[in-house]
This record gives sequence, structure tokens and C-alpha cells, in this order.
Amino acid sequence: MATAVMTRLDPQSRAAARGWSDLSIRNLFILPTIAFLIVFNIFPLIYSLGYSFTDYRASTNAPANFIGLANYRDLLNDDFIWNNFIVTAKYVLVSVSGQVIVGFGIALLLNRAIPFKGLITTLLLLPMMMSMAVVGLFWKLLYDPSWGIINYVFRLGDFAWLSNRDAALYAVAITDIWMWSPFVMLLSLAGLSAVPKHLYEAAAIDRAGTWYTFTRITLPLVAPILLIAIIFRTMEAFKTFDLAYIMSSQDTTELISIKLYKMAFQEWQTGKSSALAYIVLIMVLAITNIYVKYLNRVKER
Amino acid sequence: MLRKSLAGLLAGVGMTLAGAATAHAEDLTIFWAEWDPANYLQELVNEYAAESGDTITVETTPWSDFQTKAFTEFNAKGDAYDMVVGDSQWLGAGSTGGHYVDLTEFFKKNKLDEVMAPATVKYYAEYPGNSGKYWAVPLEGDAVGWAYRKDWFEDPKEKEAFKAKYGYELDVPKDFKQLRDIAEFFYRPDEKRYGIAIYTQTTYDALAMGFENALFSYGGELGDYTTYKVKDIINSPVAIEALEAYKELYKFTPPNWGNTFFQEDNQAITEGLAAMSMNYFAFFPSLLNEATNPNAKVTGFFANPAGPRGDQFAALGGQGISIVSYSKKQDASMKFLEWFIKDSTQKRWAELGGYTASQAVLKSPEFQNATPYNKAFYETMFKVKDFWAVPEYAELLTQLNNRLGPYVVGDKGTAKEALDGLADDWTATFTKYGRYTN
Repeated sequence: MATAVMTRLDPQSRAAARGWSDLSIRNLFILPTIAFLIVFNIFPLIYSLGYSFTDYRASTNAPANFIGLANYRDLLNDDFIWNNFIVTAKYVLVSVSGQVIVGFGIALLLNRAIPFKGLITTLLLLPMMMSMAVVGLFWKLLYDPSWGIINYVFRLGDFAWLSNRDAALYAVAITDIWMWSPFVMLLSLAGLSAVPKHLYEAAAIDRAGTWYTFTRITLPLVAPILLIAIIFRTMEAFKTFDLAYIMSSQDTTELISIKLYKMAFQEWQTGKSSALAYIVLIMVLAITNIYVKYLNRVKER
Repeated sequence: MLRKSLAGLLAGVGMTLAGAATAHAEDLTIFWAEWDPANYLQELVNEYAAESGDTITVETTPWSDFQTKAFTEFNAKGDAYDMVVGDSQWLGAGSTGGHYVDLTEFFKKNKLDEVMAPATVKYYAEYPGNSGKYWAVPLEGDAVGWAYRKDWFEDPKEKEAFKAKYGYELDVPKDFKQLRDIAEFFYRPDEKRYGIAIYTQTTYDALAMGFENALFSYGGELGDYTTYKVKDIINSPVAIEALEAYKELYKFTPPNWGNTFFQEDNQAITEGLAAMSMNYFAFFPSLLNEATNPNAKVTGFFANPAGPRGDQFAALGGQGISIVSYSKKQDASMKFLEWFIKDSTQKRWAELGGYTASQAVLKSPEFQNATPYNKAFYETMFKVKDFWAVPEYAELLTQLNNRLGPYVVGDKGTAKEALDGLADDWTATFTKYGRYTN
């Protein structure tokens, strides 16, 4: 039996009895949300855009002076800021590609009839259910050069993952991969289970090889959903703050959001940090836009 | 039995209520960082509570959040804290931002500029420099000193080998050259023994404090504190020499020593890693405690050594206590400060483990002989210099970290390039805030 979507009030309902119209009920649900969005999202967004053109510092009583695009110009000319962007790009690349490889790999392994499949899938999802701060502190212990299990298992002696200037960023990325691969796995699994079985049967009849089946059937059909996972993870990785901040605080792991935090809440350069936040926002939007365009093209195929 | 428990319970409730009644009138909060001196302060203020009836809670937060949390509250003009034991660098931001109550009158009335050690008055209380305006009462004197392994230094075999190699006796270093030689001598990675532990972290003021120890003793300066001219001062030949000397020390540190501050430097001694370790005096009490340092009995202390031309200075730590201008209990806070500056309170503060800034207490033989490091502390407190205390000090710190970090730990560029870059950055910052005009 098909369920009809309710578009108007049942005349027998209590709401109708109280004389509420469809419109007032709609408003009852929508208005608080809109008010919340305006107060907590849109207003600060516009307010900080205004600040980004001033020399305002929240820690002083001095009034904000309009300085035009000076903050943007200074930031884009600052080599140290560009270095933060390079560190962030490296992190996003390593972390997201790692998550896709591991997550999609596990999804392929799980996409068959195996015993306890449901239980295994649930257990694999556990990492992403934890809080970032807990994961950061937990992995800090795992990486510890004196008693950490990672160095013990891989016989790395006293290699200090998080203090080593070159390795620290990758150590944080590995933690991110551990935490968020299950997310990619979950979406990939959904995509994989939606691939019609008859395509594989037809390929088997035609004696198509495993690789051929994977590249011509599995991958193209899963690609759209995989791309959605990549979009989400790229946006999140670009904004990563807590994991890197907790695990390693040094210049080689200073992601752009950590720089932003320091500029805003340690140096109290409110105007300049607002400008940096806008630059980051524009970059995230641009990257997402490229992905979405690509996603649409993949879907059209 | 039941009646007895009931009576006990009622008595307990009664006492709690009575306590709550006195607390209601004057319940003050002091905000400080989470470390041992804050616990000592809580003990001290408990004694004040017993005397005055006002209760005081010392609220703490980890060092990494301290500045952010305090200023977030100030910027919101919040009254969560009545007093704050703020870092010496905060004076500019605290006073010009209107967050601190002007204590000039209180300071002059009690002649605190004579009572407290001169450096603590200059760096913890007065802003701008030489203005005669005071914003804090020196509370915890602190500076960077050194801990060392007495047993390694006194081992006859080591002494003999050292003399054969360097031509002079192995002893507490008198200058930076000896510091370097001793660090090199004890650097033995095969034995998992290393020469020296220094500050290298680039997130707050660790690297700045470490480098300042070399800079000031080499006869260098950060800049001109009156005109804010930094060019040819922070990148002067002596400053370059000092930075090179600091980087040289990094060669003799334990492995992966590129992100270290007070915690790691104390670990270098407790874990038997290094012969010498730089640290704030405030962290030394735990090195004398056998529960926290297995090498407590063989740990000694010395003041920051002199530079090649005989100058001897050290980087200043420490804090003064200020009244928050948004507090609704300023009178009660003032009353507490009056109690705090009494000689008897300062003496008690030192006994509890606090580093008093009171000259009378510091100079007393009783204080100097109380611990193995008090004498070094006393000597150091009369030859300290501090980082900039202007409101934009955090920007200046970031610029120093950006320039010096990659050179000292990342082995990038030269000392001259690093300091030339820093001079440009600081000039731009001081120009931006209208302090420096070319």
C-alpha cells in the first residue's frame, strides 16, 4: 500500500481543532531554525566580513579602523601563511587519499557473503564515532617513543614520530586515516551493494577478468558516491584543527586552521584573522566546486 | 548508634551552611596557570581565609590555554575572575586594554618599588617602561636557570678525561664556552647520555626564553625599549653570535629535541638523559622531590652563565597579580593584596614554595639556604631581562618563532638571515602599531 504524503492537516487532528492553519504549523517549525541560522551563522558571517576590512583587535579598547583590502594583501604576501597552506595541502592529499584507499579496500573485502558481516562492519565503524580529542590523545600514547606499541611492533626503537619535524605531519595524517577510513568504507559499501548483480553475471559469462570487471563495472558505478565521500573528507581535512593541535605543536604541522586560531585567539588580530578565515572559506568553496562539477560529469556518464 | 550518626550529619550540615554563609559575602577567585606554584598559592590563601573570613579560590587552566582563556574573559568584560596572576608580557595588553585596575597609588603608598626586587617591579608591574604606572604586584618571581647532574660532574674519571680534553677542570660552567664544552663532553648517544637540554618549542615563548639566555649574556638586546628600534640591535653581530651559540647547543641535545619546553627539560633530568638542563626555577622543586625525580639526590643547580665578554643575564619568567577591572569585588581584592604584601605573608609564601619577589626575604640567609637552588635564584633575579610587554607581544613571539625555529632546529639558512628577517618583521609590526617611525 502506498503511503500518501500528507500535504494538509487532517480536519480531525488536534492541531486543526485548535484552529492552526498549515501555514502556522510550517512557520512553527521553520522560523526557529531560520532565527537560529541568522543569529549564529549568517550574522557572524557578515559581521566578520566587515571586520576583515579593519584593523580591529578584540583585546583592546581601540575602535576598528577601516583599512580596505590591506589584511588580504598582507596575508597573501606572507610567505609563512603560504607555508601553512602548503602544509595543509600535503596533509589533505595524504590523509584523503589514504582514507579512500583503505576505506574502499575494506568495502571491497566486505562486499561479499562472509559470516558476521554486520558485526564486523559495526566494529569497523567505531573509530569515527570517537571524539577527535580522545583519538588524538590515544594515538599520542601509541606513538610514544618509550612505551608506544607502534615502535614496539615495527621495531623502530626510540623514533619520536610526533617530535620529528618531517614525520609528525604524516603521523597525524595516519591517525586521521585510521579515524575516517570507516566513513569512506560505509559510503563505498552502500555504492557497491547498489551495483546490479546481473552486470557481474554478464561479465562472468563473457569471461571478463577481475581487473576488467573492477575498472569497467565496479569503479564507474561506485564513483559518484565515492566522490561524495571524497568531497566531505577533503572539506573536513582542510579544516582539521583538533587532531594536529593535540598531537604535535610545531611549525611543520601548523595547518591553516591552527594558524587561524593562533592569529585570532593568541595574537588577538581579530580583523586580520577574519580575513584569513574568508580566504580559507573561499578556497574550500573553490575546491568543493571543482569536485561537484566533476561529480556531475561522472553522473552524466 | 543511629542517633550519633544523625547528630554527626546535622553538625556537618550546620558547618557547611555556616561556611556558605561567610563565603557568601566575599568569595574571590584568582586565575592562574595549572602548576605547582598555584597549589602553593591556594595553601597561602587558605590561611588568609582563616584570618579574614573571605574565601579565595585559585582557579587554574593548563599553560597552553592560559592566555587565551584569560583574554577571552577580559574581552567579554566578564567578572569570573577577581584577580589574575598574568604573565609579565601581558602588562601592555592588560593595562592599555583597560582590563587591569591601576595600582599606582597602592604601589606608591606601600613603597612596593623599594620592597620588591627591582627587576620584578620593572617587568611584572610597570607599564609603559619607566612611566611610574603600576598594574600588578609581583607575586611569583621566576627566571631561567639550570639543573645539572652533580654525580656526572663530580665523577673523578670524568673530571680527568675532561681536563685532558679541554685543559681545565670540569665544574659548573662559568661562561657559555664552558657550557658548550661540557655539553659536547657528555654527548654520548651510544650510552644514551646527552649533553644538554634546551627550549626549542615554537608555539609560545619557549624558544624566545631559551635564546634570550644566550642573547643577553652575549651582550645583545631585543631592541631599544624606548624607541622600539630593532634594526642593527636584534641582528647585531653579538646577537648573531649568540644565536649561533644557541644553535650549537642544540647539537648536543637528546634525540628529537626539536619541540621541547619545561616539561621535556625536567624529564631530561628525571630520566637521566642530559648532563645539564635549562628550566624556569619554578619547575625545580619537583627535581628535588624523590617521588618525581629518581636522581633528586644528585641534581644540582646553577645560574645562567656569562657570555664571552663577561655579561651575565637571564631570561625572566614569573608573574604579578592584578585586579581585574570588571570584578565586582575590587575592594575585597585590594584588601587581599594588602595582606599579601606584608613581610610575614611574603615569608610564608616563600616557605610554602612560592618564589617571593620581596627583597628582604630574598636576601635573608634563611631563604637562600632553604633549597639548593634558592641562592642561584636570588643571584639570577638581580640580573634578568624580559621579552617585549607591548599589547602585540604575541605577534612578536610568532615572528621570532617563524624566523628562529627553522634555523635552530630545522637547520635552514644562517643566523644572520634569521635575525635580519626578524628585524624586518619586528620593524614592520612596531611601525604598524605606530610605535616606531623611521
